[in-house]
Amino acid sequence: MRQLSFSLAINEALHQMMSSDESVFLIGQGVKSPWYVGNTARGLFEKFGPERVIDTPVSENAITGAAVGAALVGMRPIVVHPRMDFMMYAMDPIVNEAANWHYMFGGRSSVPVVIWGIINRGGEQAAQHSQALHSLFAHIPGLKVVMPSTPYDAKGLMISAIRDDNPVIYIDDRWLYKIEGDVPEQIYSVPIGKGIVRKRGKDVTLVSASYMVVESMKASELLRKEGIDVEVIDLRSIKPIDELLIFESVKKTGRLVIADAGWKTYGMAAEIAAIVAENIFDELKSPIQRVTLPDVPAPASSALEMVYYPNATHIVQAIKKLLSGKEAPWRIKSVS
Amino acid sequence: MGITKQKAIELYSVMVKIRMFEEQVQDLYARGMIPGLAHLYIGEEAVAAGVCGALEREDYITSTHRGHGHVIAKGADVRYMMAELFGKTTGYCKGKGGSMHIADMAMGILGANGIAGGGLPIAVGAAFSAKYRNSGQIVACFFGDGSSNNGTFHESLNFASLHKLPVIFVCENNLYGISVSQRMHQPIQDIAIRATSYDMPGVVVDGNDAVAVYEASLKAVKRARAGEGPTLIECKTYRWRGHHEGDPNLGARYRDREEIEQWKKRCPIKRLEGRLLEERWLSRRKMEEIQKAIAQELDEAVSFAQQSPYPAPGDIFTDVYVAG
Ligand SMILES: Cc1ncc(C[n+]2csc(CCOP(=O)(O)OP(=O)(O)O)c2C)c(N)n1
Ligand SMILES: [Mg+2]
Repeated sequence: MRQLSFSLAINEALHQMMSSDESVFLIGQGVKSPWYVGNTARGLFEKFGPERVIDTPVSENAITGAAVGAALVGMRPIVVHPRMDFMMYAMDPIVNEAANWHYMFGGRSSVPVVIWGIINRGGEQAAQHSQALHSLFAHIPGLKVVMPSTPYDAKGLMISAIRDDNPVIYIDDRWLYKIEGDVPEQIYSVPIGKGIVRKRGKDVTLVSASYMVVESMKASELLRKEGIDVEVIDLRSIKPIDELLIFESVKKTGRLVIADAGWKTYGMAAEIAAIVAENIFDELKSPIQRVTLPDVPAPASSALEMVYYPNATHIVQAIKKLLSGKEAPWRIKSVS
Repeated sequence: MGITKQKAIELYSVMVKIRMFEEQVQDLYARGMIPGLAHLYIGEEAVAAGVCGALEREDYITSTHRGHGHVIAKGADVRYMMAELFGKTTGYCKGKGGSMHIADMAMGILGANGIAGGGLPIAVGAAFSAKYRNSGQIVACFFGDGSSNNGTFHESLNFASLHKLPVIFVCENNLYGISVSQRMHQPIQDIAIRATSYDMPGVVVDGNDAVAVYEASLKAVKRARAGEGPTLIECKTYRWRGHHEGDPNLGARYRDREEIEQWKKRCPIKRLEGRLLEERWLSRRKMEEIQKAIAQELDEAVSFAQQSPYPAPGDIFTDVYVAG
């Protein structure tokens, strides 16, 4: 199949959706300047013009709110925040307005907006330029949150997000942008709320999303050489989350490790651990492990960045730790 | 009210120091020795020098992503700045902040901010505190033309004026927010006119004229200290480098080379040099001495930074909360 980079897969989704649906437009900072949003906006301005590709002032709150308003009356806007840290000024239109609208007005209107936030970290840019804040949005009823890890899903989920009648938070990671993969040339969708097994395995279930899937695959490869057979699940959507896929896998392996690029406390990994513990606790042979950021802001110095971001090594360590414990502590207790 | 000889020499020295610091950073960045995002202030030195020249040591400033000039003008130590840029543990923020985040509470430097428009409310709050404590301090708040479109600008000006807070809003209009020209991001030319909506004086000054910036700031300082409230000062200026180091061709992808060259002819340092020579306040020889002394100070700063240790891995967990 044709190969495309992650960022150009997004670019293709935007081109095709804007061509096929006149209500779709792209708005945000830097959309006219290809270097600022990677090359995800390449050629859009030239093709669709300033009415549909709108480069905005530094006004995240008003621009996102305006997209919500436009979505309410007939448009399908895509608002891009080239760095999701700056999206915090848009919390009101996202959380108070978009997320609540359909419910609050008794289901009589809807807000089909895509709010696209890019995780852009590393490179010693420090705490205000490094955050992976997906869990904040996944907490909010009324929002859907998708996090692709492959070029195929990057395109397919963007298309699904645009077509969805609900506000969808589309979150991607700059660290994925150069990855190449199979991408069909036609328009296709990847269902929101459906995860996928990236690698089958029987010893332990490893759940992750977005860039952490890359590290998870690396970890599973390293462990394979040591005879440990990991099943890797790519969530693709973190809300709604594909519970059944996780449950099926954990029932098979009896062990769960979650790798997340966000913080540990109250985060995505915590949620997955909770739903597994709530629903299939008896299937677990050992405690659940989380591989996440430590609960501290992002540091600038390379010396600190090196230990800050979770990677395949951390995942390998977590899985080994989990497999080295003979039984879950509560099982030992119940035996004695 | 003219500028004194002593003040003029001070502004000159500050501008030269900023320029030379930034040129040093530019060089270190090009050689791969400084990472991260370095947004240089070259070309805009008169703004920081003029504004901070009108402040007292006890006064506060808030700064931006393009903050090296502001903090040098307010008295930051270039050794700790350089160490911070290198990500060393001896830096102002122990290597946790980097280029965009220099703070020195002892010098009233409340912190450079990576969020465009993030500093405005913080300046207002500091001014509120100064007023509440009756301390006589004032706050100078730096921000760019691009950031003046953030809601924080409007909300902050309104609140500060409503409460007659001792703050000076200093808009550095360098005609661009990243690659977006002012024409493309706001329908007005003079951001200062927005002061009218908030019932405060709005002044436009030549931001490449340190003396003009200084004099406008003095007036605003006086007004603020007298309890009469805030002022908005718009300084028209230009950045010579790209948005940050690594922005190719000095940003020539979105602005004319001709435009860049024109602005370079209006070098704020050359301009004050002219005045200093004309008034016979400072000879060429004395200027060279000043430059030499600064060069030495910067050399020492670089050595200090290079010789300093990196933070230990465990330091990642320190300073998340105030201890105790
Ligand atoms: C809230 C927010 N949105 C976007 C950005 C990205 N950004 C970094 S610098 C900048 C331009 C700011 O322009 P201006 O205020 O004119 O300052 P200048 O860089 O020209 O000094 C932008 C948009 C940011 N840092 N913060
Ligand atoms: Mg600007």
